[in-house]
Amino acid sequence: MERFQALIHSNAPFRLEVIVIVLSTFARRGVACAGVAASCLLARPAFAQAPQQPAPSTQQADPQQIRQELDRLRQEFEAIRDSYGARLTALEAKLGTSAPAQVAPAQPAAVPAQPPADAPAVAQPPAAAPEPAVTPTPQEPTTPLPAYNPATSKVFNPDMAVIGNFLGAVGKNDVVSTPALRLDEAEATFQAIVDPYARADFFMSFSPEGVDVEEGFLTLTSLPGGLLAKVGKMKEQFGKVNTMHPHSLSWTDKPLVMTNLLGGDEGMADSGISLSRLIINPLFFLEATGEVFAGSAGPFAAHDRGDVSWLGRLRGYRDLTEGTNLDVGTSFAYGHNELGPSFRTRLVGVDATFRYRPLQRAIYKRFLARTELIWSDREQPPVSGGDQASFGYYASADYQFARRWFSGVRFDSSDRAEDSTLRDKAVSGVVTFWPSEFSQVRGQLRHTRYAGGVTANELLFQFLFSIGAHGAHTF
Amino acid sequence: MKKYITLAFLAAMLTGGNAFAAIKVVTTTQDLESITNEIGGDKVTVDSLARGYQDPHFVEPKPTFILKLHAAELLIAVGRELEIGWLPPLVNQARNTRIAPNGDRYLDASLTAKILEIPSGQITRAMGDVHPAGNPHYWLGPDNGRRIAQAIQKKLSEISPSDAAYFAQRYADFDRRLAEAEKRWQAAMAPYKGVKVVTYHRSWPNFTDAFGLNVIGYVEPKPGIPPSPSHTLELIQEMKRQNVKIIIIEPYFDSKTPNSIARETGAQVIVLAPSVGGVKEVTDYFKLFDYDVNLVVNAIKQTGAK
Repeated sequence: MERFQALIHSNAPFRLEVIVIVLSTFARRGVACAGVAASCLLARPAFAQAPQQPAPSTQQADPQQIRQELDRLRQEFEAIRDSYGARLTALEAKLGTSAPAQVAPAQPAAVPAQPPADAPAVAQPPAAAPEPAVTPTPQEPTTPLPAYNPATSKVFNPDMAVIGNFLGAVGKNDVVSTPALRLDEAEATFQAIVDPYARADFFMSFSPEGVDVEEGFLTLTSLPGGLLAKVGKMKEQFGKVNTMHPHSLSWTDKPLVMTNLLGGDEGMADSGISLSRLIINPLFFLEATGEVFAGSAGPFAAHDRGDVSWLGRLRGYRDLTEGTNLDVGTSFAYGHNELGPSFRTRLVGVDATFRYRPLQRAIYKRFLARTELIWSDREQPPVSGGDQASFGYYASADYQFARRWFSGVRFDSSDRAEDSTLRDKAVSGVVTFWPSEFSQVRGQLRHTRYAGGVTANELLFQFLFSIGAHGAHTF
Repeated sequence: MKKYITLAFLAAMLTGGNAFAAIKVVTTTQDLESITNEIGGDKVTVDSLARGYQDPHFVEPKPTFILKLHAAELLIAVGRELEIGWLPPLVNQARNTRIAPNGDRYLDASLTAKILEIPSGQITRAMGDVHPAGNPHYWLGPDNGRRIAQAIQKKLSEISPSDAAYFAQRYADFDRRLAEAEKRWQAAMAPYKGVKVVTYHRSWPNFTDAFGLNVIGYVEPKPGIPPSPSHTLELIQEMKRQNVKIIIIEPYFDSKTPNSIARETGAQVIVLAPSVGGVKEVTDYFKLFDYDVNLVVNAIKQTGAK
């Protein structure tokens, strides 16, 4: 016990830790030690009288040693202080000299002098920090930061962006009525590399219905065998439109076939595991994807843990010329529907996209034609009409006719999944204006003829705007 | 018989592949491709994703690029966010972590280059498409060609230490030829130091800096924002006031606005090659400056620009 007290007294900075250790040690030894523990708890007053308290063997022989120890500590402290002082002055000097050099004025003529050409200068790491509070960090010129990490203090923060999707509607629609004006969605994205083996992407959707994790998945990038795995909640790789976020569509709405056959506006997005592989061949790009999901998204409903849904997709792509290419895919999905454990839904889809974008005029002109055909096979009890085999498709074309202007048309036709005798049809014309890469305004005229003869003529409009990290362009 | 031929063919393929064992390099632009060829010689095969006549900010991330990146043993990028709109999704799908940023087979060529126009203080997108890490068109200064080459030499030697001497020798040769060429280009441009020019996009600071041209304005009101009538009028007035006779544009921009500005001001529009491959004649890094310097000198002579 004295030994512990001596420790406590002689080594003040560590006393709390020691007390903890002591306590835990004694706790293990049982009740007999309670008194000891109590005395340890009183270590504070004991410490106050430390110099007087005779701590036998050690302290008596020690004044000499303690003095030596003190001297040693003082020397160490002084050494540390000196070295920090020197470093500080060096840093100040560096800041003093580099501050004028870091100011890169708009006029290229006034650009800072750099070392001669034969001694490649290390680039000045980016000094720009979006937050004014962050002072430009003094950089070690020998270890330049990668270009996309503007401030060291935020180096591990994910890339963040928020995309606002504001929708408006004019006209009458008795079947699907949307509000005149609404901020349909604010999508927040967080994306970063997790570790050397994976990256993570989160897309949170804030909408009038509430907050939802639209997608949130881990991508394992370093698997052997050319495999790419995704784990989490994600958009199922069924065709094209189902995999896209609302802001990357060419329209303000989704084609009817998506809402009729793929389960409403949300589409198919579920928790699951996705595995895809490149099939290397000399002719074209070929990718095979296999996925398994919990089974409760889109047209599927799991009644049991075993009611998972399955998905397979094969995608081929080939450049026809430098500026044109063809992208075709076929998808298959299978799962249980909401009617009960013995009722299943099968989906088959075929999609084709033709693109034209002349390389030298890529920012002014492009054309994209796309179609998706989807067959749905839905088991239903005879009371609700028996099994339904429904079919639907859309065909669309988008044309960019000026640097900031796009136009497009789309034809929709789709049976309803629950009743294949009911077919909805629509035709839309779209004009989009891009003030910049980060915002766009869109108008869409839509004529819909719902099954049963109800028609709707609407003007839909949309403002899309994005702040934060520069997202990738969609393809 | 057929089987033997196939076998022989396969064997030839296999041994041939081993004998060469050239490092498969993918670069984002043809400038980097050209410099990599200078340094790597026959120890590398190089393939560029973007073409020189394409706006390097807006390249389509085609799946065929995924295949190239999948097979790549080294990826060399321009960096400074030039490729931010298209390279990251390609690398993410390439199933090749070594070429991902911070992988050992990824080279950001800008890290040792001289970078201009690094913004200081607060930047926002109200300033247009600003590059927070500085101007990414840095290869247009010949001194940066040397720095890029040195970085590539270092990287290639790291990948294939047994060829280090070969790469060093090729770098020394490139360095010597570049120094000679620089003398030639500087001599051609020497009489025209301080000549005032207007450029379309901020693609040319390293070029104008290297050859002493004075950029007084841009056709774009802000980087990445297309010309607006009010800005164009202001620019015309400014050009008249300062008597500017040269408008430099890139082949991937619409020449309509520059041409109308030229008509108003009596200036000449010259379409310079912003990259190797920007025009047919420009097949390597040396010809890039041969071509551009020649065009600039001729235009200055013809217009009497000062």
